Amino acid sequence: MLGRTANGLYWMFRYIERAENSARLIDAGLRMSLTRSESSEGDWDGVLQSAGVRELYDEVHDTLTSGDAIDFLLRDRANPSSVMSCIEAGRHNARMVRTALTRETWEATNECWIELKAMLAKKARAADMPEIIDAIKRRAGLIRGAFHGTMLRNEIFNFSRIGTFIERADNTARILDVKYYVLLPAVSAVGSSVDNVQWESILRSVSAHRAYGWVYDAELRPANIADFLISNGRMPRSLAYCYEKIVSNLGYLAREYSERHAAHETAEETLASLRSQSISDIMDRGLHEYLEEFISHNNRLGQEITDGYRFYQ
Amino acid sequence: MIENKGITPLAFDEMINADSSPRQPYSTYHQWYAGQDRNRLIAKSKEAENIFRKTGITFAVYGHADSSEKLIPFDLIPRIISGREWRRLAQGIEQRVIALNAFLDDIYHKQEIIRAGRIPRELIEKNDAFLPQMIGFRPPGGVYTHIVGTDIVRTGEDQFYVLEDNARTPSGVSYMLENRETMMQMFPELFHQNRVRPVENYPYLLRQSLASLAPPGCAGKPRVAVLTPGIYNSAFYEHAFLADMMGVELVEGSDLRVIDGKVKMRTTRGYEAIDVLYRRVDDDFLDPLTFRPDSALGIPGIMDVYRAGNITIANAPGTGISDDKAIYSYMPEIVEFYTGRKPLLENVPTWRCSEPQSLKYVLEHLEALVVKEVHGSGGYGMLVGPTATKRERAAFAEKLKERPGNYIAQPTLSLSTVPILVNKGIAPRHVDLRPYVLVSDKVQIIPGGLTRVALKEGSLVVNSSQGGGTKDTWVLED
Repeated sequence: MLGRTANGLYWMFRYIERAENSARLIDAGLRMSLTRSESSEGDWDGVLQSAGVRELYDEVHDTLTSGDAIDFLLRDRANPSSVMSCIEAGRHNARMVRTALTRETWEATNECWIELKAMLAKKARAADMPEIIDAIKRRAGLIRGAFHGTMLRNEIFNFSRIGTFIERADNTARILDVKYYVLLPAVSAVGSSVDNVQWESILRSVSAHRAYGWVYDAELRPANIADFLISNGRMPRSLAYCYEKIVSNLGYLAREYSERHAAHETAEETLASLRSQSISDIMDRGLHEYLEEFISHNNRLGQEITDGYRFYQ
Repeated sequence: MIENKGITPLAFDEMINADSSPRQPYSTYHQWYAGQDRNRLIAKSKEAENIFRKTGITFAVYGHADSSEKLIPFDLIPRIISGREWRRLAQGIEQRVIALNAFLDDIYHKQEIIRAGRIPRELIEKNDAFLPQMIGFRPPGGVYTHIVGTDIVRTGEDQFYVLEDNARTPSGVSYMLENRETMMQMFPELFHQNRVRPVENYPYLLRQSLASLAPPGCAGKPRVAVLTPGIYNSAFYEHAFLADMMGVELVEGSDLRVIDGKVKMRTTRGYEAIDVLYRRVDDDFLDPLTFRPDSALGIPGIMDVYRAGNITIANAPGTGISDDKAIYSYMPEIVEFYTGRKPLLENVPTWRCSEPQSLKYVLEHLEALVVKEVHGSGGYGMLVGPTATKRERAAFAEKLKERPGNYIAQPTLSLSTVPILVNKGIAPRHVDLRPYVLVSDKVQIIPGGLTRVALKEGSLVVNSSQGGGTKDTWVLED
């Protein structure tokens, strides 16, 4: 496969993952603003931070309003992580690597772009938000379905999956990092209803508020939430799950090519540490420091994959 | 009964005779059509548009973002050619393509046609499309034009003319294939009732044809790749489509590098050699070391690899000299010179304004002629006499007198019509035809091609950039 094609697949799936993630963050933000009576600007501040675009927002807007924040996350081209920017970039990459995709996968991607482009042509009204969020999730689901149902399990599949999980791990780590103060124990507000909303919003932004209840008990506990999103190998957005997938896909490539790169070491080390460290160790050492280090290792892994598989040269 | 209103009285309609009966090749189709519900057809037409849009069969408009990808309108009434008509066309095209290759070989070697005084020397040597780098070099298999798209127009039952020989990188073949695919999806019954010759094996034949002309330096199974200028090129969809259908890599200049005397592509496991490159990049951009130094689309040094016999480039660089407008007017002489026979397909009569007698005729008949710049394309710098104003004609006459050698003139042809589906039923529109030809050790003409149709009533302009659409083109077995 061409290095450029591997690069296109990797980024196509990173962008689609990110689009869905931005939509989920908006969803969580909307939910939070519904559960309180006073102004919800503070919540949107948190959402923008989780999406990693708080500073970018300030470059474009003078004040923070929920309408502007939603628009910025949803359709502003000045925000490279907005849903529409990501769908466009994902589709652009898909078009470039079209020969590597099945017709079903390509068409699902193209139709996603066609529908959302029309839907997001104008600033969305609050009343339309549920429908829009739903359409984004549905379209992303259709791409995933076509991809899983029709693609050969070969190197094309591996690079696509690696892109998905590197992006997802990054997103989950960022969400936790931005909210880590909420999870810090022994804060006076623990147990108050506001806090519960904050905790739930973390779970909601990774679509895990129901699953949490199945795995742990009904009560939201900071350590359990962190455990769920970091170490729980069954939770499809947890760091451990992402790294199991990354390691297994890199493993297929290593066997197929009879060649290992620095990326293999990095991914395996990260996975080993995710498996061995208990959540209380992590919380004791400092969740923020842990996540910061994780995010930088995850970036390094992306770079090592780019170099090892000759994405650019 | 099918309405027959609005046909230009002079135009030959391929479906309906003057007495409103269907022409023979269309008789089965016509009967089927008579039993169709108009609203269902219009709904089908929208369905076809959706298929094209979701498949992404689009062409880009230069200088715009993704939002300006355009669809080429597809009309669902097929253009039907009888087996007898096709045999005649195919023989004429084959003769012409053989002559084109012989001409190119001669021009880049002994230049006997010039020595024989049949073509003026300056016409070749002062032509930008002539590449001195190709002198004395014979491409693998002696083939210059691997893929040709011969544009043909019809003006009557037995009158066919070649309008252009596209011998560089003819485009549009993906539309031929997708149009057929769409028709078969929407109207399977039509393909039971009519014996339509298949076009679907084109990608297979193309790959086979390209692989059969691997260079001498190729050991083992030839590796074929399609070279595209990239995702922003207007025909990118077609490049990706062909690579996909052939099962070969779609590469860009930045993927390729000359290493150890071979052209190699950067893969996830290192550099791998390519033997045959189907390039959809113009000559000028192919090799910045040889041609335009500012080209970012090409591969530095590929011409050296080519001349050393380590890669096949399809079509060969320098083939543009054979489909130049100035050369076109000499095609009858060229065909006769190399095949020893009169051309089976006619050229559109062409006056070369460089010749005083022709210039005099053209100036006297401007209102009936189309005058084109020799090196122009896309309708620029052109005068369409019958629709131009008196003042425009007078102004153009001055330009003509100033630089007569820069112009050729042709009569305005009354192109044949085929009906298209409109809101009120069907209505005739002018069409042309581009069959696709593959050249290896044999000449293969795909039975069908791209029919372009001018969607505007009365218009003769079939170009997709100016409101043209396409039709599925059927060649019947008979």
